[in-house]
Amino acid sequence: MTMSDGHGSLAARPAREATTGVNTGRRRGRRGEQPVVPDTQFTSYYGKPIINGPVWKSPDIPAYLFLGGLAGGSSLLAAGAQLTGRGRLAAVTKVGAFGAITLSLGALVHDLGRPARFLNMLRVFKPTSPMNMGSWLLAGYGPLAGGAAASAVTGKLPKAGAAATAGAALTGPAVAAYTAALVSDTAVPAWHDGHRELPYVFVGSGAAGAAGLGLLGARQGEESPARNLALFGTALELAAFKRMEKRLGMVAEPYRAGRAGLLVRAGETLAAAGAAGSVLGRRSRVARLLSGAALLAGSACTKWGVFEAGLTSAEDPKYTVVPQRERLLRQNHAGGGEAQRGNPAVPQSG
Amino acid sequence: MTTAREATDPAAESGYTDHPPRMGFFTDTTVCIGCKACEVACKEWNAVPADGLDLTGMSYDNTVGLGANTWRHVAFIEQRKPLAAQDPGLHHDTDVLAMAEHGSATQPPEAGMTPTTPGSGDDFRWLMASDVCKHCTHAACLDVCPTGSLFRTEFGTVVVQEDICNGCGYCIPACPYGVIDQRPDDGRAWKCTLCYDRLGEGMEPACAKACPTDSIQFGPLDELRERAQQRVRQLHEAGVGEARLYGDDPDDGVGGDGAFFLLLDEPEVYGFPPDPVVTTRDLPSMWRHVGAAAATLLAGAAAAFLGAGKGR
Repeated sequence: MTMSDGHGSLAARPAREATTGVNTGRRRGRRGEQPVVPDTQFTSYYGKPIINGPVWKSPDIPAYLFLGGLAGGSSLLAAGAQLTGRGRLAAVTKVGAFGAITLSLGALVHDLGRPARFLNMLRVFKPTSPMNMGSWLLAGYGPLAGGAAASAVTGKLPKAGAAATAGAALTGPAVAAYTAALVSDTAVPAWHDGHRELPYVFVGSGAAGAAGLGLLGARQGEESPARNLALFGTALELAAFKRMEKRLGMVAEPYRAGRAGLLVRAGETLAAAGAAGSVLGRRSRVARLLSGAALLAGSACTKWGVFEAGLTSAEDPKYTVVPQRERLLRQNHAGGGEAQRGNPAVPQSG
Repeated sequence: MTTAREATDPAAESGYTDHPPRMGFFTDTTVCIGCKACEVACKEWNAVPADGLDLTGMSYDNTVGLGANTWRHVAFIEQRKPLAAQDPGLHHDTDVLAMAEHGSATQPPEAGMTPTTPGSGDDFRWLMASDVCKHCTHAACLDVCPTGSLFRTEFGTVVVQEDICNGCGYCIPACPYGVIDQRPDDGRAWKCTLCYDRLGEGMEPACAKACPTDSIQFGPLDELRERAQQRVRQLHEAGVGEARLYGDDPDDGVGGDGAFFLLLDEPEVYGFPPDPVVTTRDLPSMWRHVGAAAATLLAGAAAAFLGAGKGR
């Protein structure tokens, strides 16, 4: 091709008119609708992500998040059931808590690049690393949950079993909550920016999941605490999620879009249906079992959705650049002409 | 609000008492010629594995970004912007390609169209910049590492101990710049070490050594910052108003970078975050909310049993 005919066909080759590095965000509105508010203009390096997204695999890490919440909530149900003489509910939730935390730990180890080096997690004690603190927490909680379950199944050492049950109930809430700090303590916009509300979403979802397990396993007549916990957990999860989305603005978009959006919606619908079903169908065994299953599935979907939304927000540079630009603008307004980073006209003097 | 206070000394904060000065990079992108010698030198010296040749089709950049197997990355940005006010040494009046095509010194008005003419005049420029790990003063990767594999060296740099790393991957999304990444076949996380082995021998890092234009300058961070300020002043005086430093400010969200840059456009144009903040700055607030949420759960469970009454 010669030079001249390359330029004679400019109109036929619109790509040549593309302005390098400017993303017009035209990827939205794929279904043909016109966005009412135009997408925020932002610049990027050929649309490439700014941060390296998590390499955590699915289903390992979503399962780790879901099962940790389930275990923590179940240990609370177990202790309460033991105190109030609900034997079957106590046994089911003790075994459930131990099973869940074992699988959760298994999923975490499986996700490691070097699983054989898992114990390196315990070679330091490091409060700046939620994963390190979580490892220590699990190292304490796991044996307690195991002791409680073993005593419940074998009927041996009832006093030690009761002590383990109490210990698991005291550490369980932390097990259900710390994973929120774990995901928030990253540069992933949808996770980091949601750090105030995610712990409540996580414990709410964990409580609802544990309540689901309780409804499935309780003997007829034992289930009312599980029903109450389902109502509490679902209400907390939904309210915290709503609040988070409102506060996050455009950074919350990934929670409602694509696969993540589907999972979050499914989680909310299942949790609400399970909680409602457990109350409305309280006289029906079938309704109780269906509600329990819905609550468990809902808890899993919510954690999965939060996980997927994080991946989406890491992939699109928009969620990294736009909030940071807005923050700089606000600072410049507030600071009234203080060193304006990124403003070419202002020399940086020492 | 902010006064230029004494910069944090990360090596001293990490417990080194008698340590060498903090070392770093000043990458002056205005003199980068995009030769990628830094990429090659880094790969060779550190025995970083090849990661395949994929043609991106987006620019001369087929490396795309930093990762486990790319510790220096040269960005290429093609822009319809003038080459600032400096004289780039190009002869705008002479259309050499058209002249070559016509085989003689044809006058520009009669010359055919050439790649330099679709805009007006010289409305085209290439930005090239060699990106690298920033060796932050407040390094998120180091903070979140659960094994202590990532550590602060006596030079104030941040290095992974590969015999400790268990591949948990936490450092990867924690980095606000997208530097560190996991090697899939190996499972562990890898990034620039600022040539820790060479520094120990009093040598400069391989990339800086190989850079033919001194776009990558290595030295004590204090000196580099001073030199960078001078360079920006010089460029502003020469009319290049868009020259600005990136990552030099000890008061920014990461406490200043050990490797900082002189840029000719907004940071995000080069793939840098405009206002990075170390994620662990909010960790106290995160732990508080986790504690409150755990207490809420405990209270909710207690209420669930109290509301249900005693026994079955």
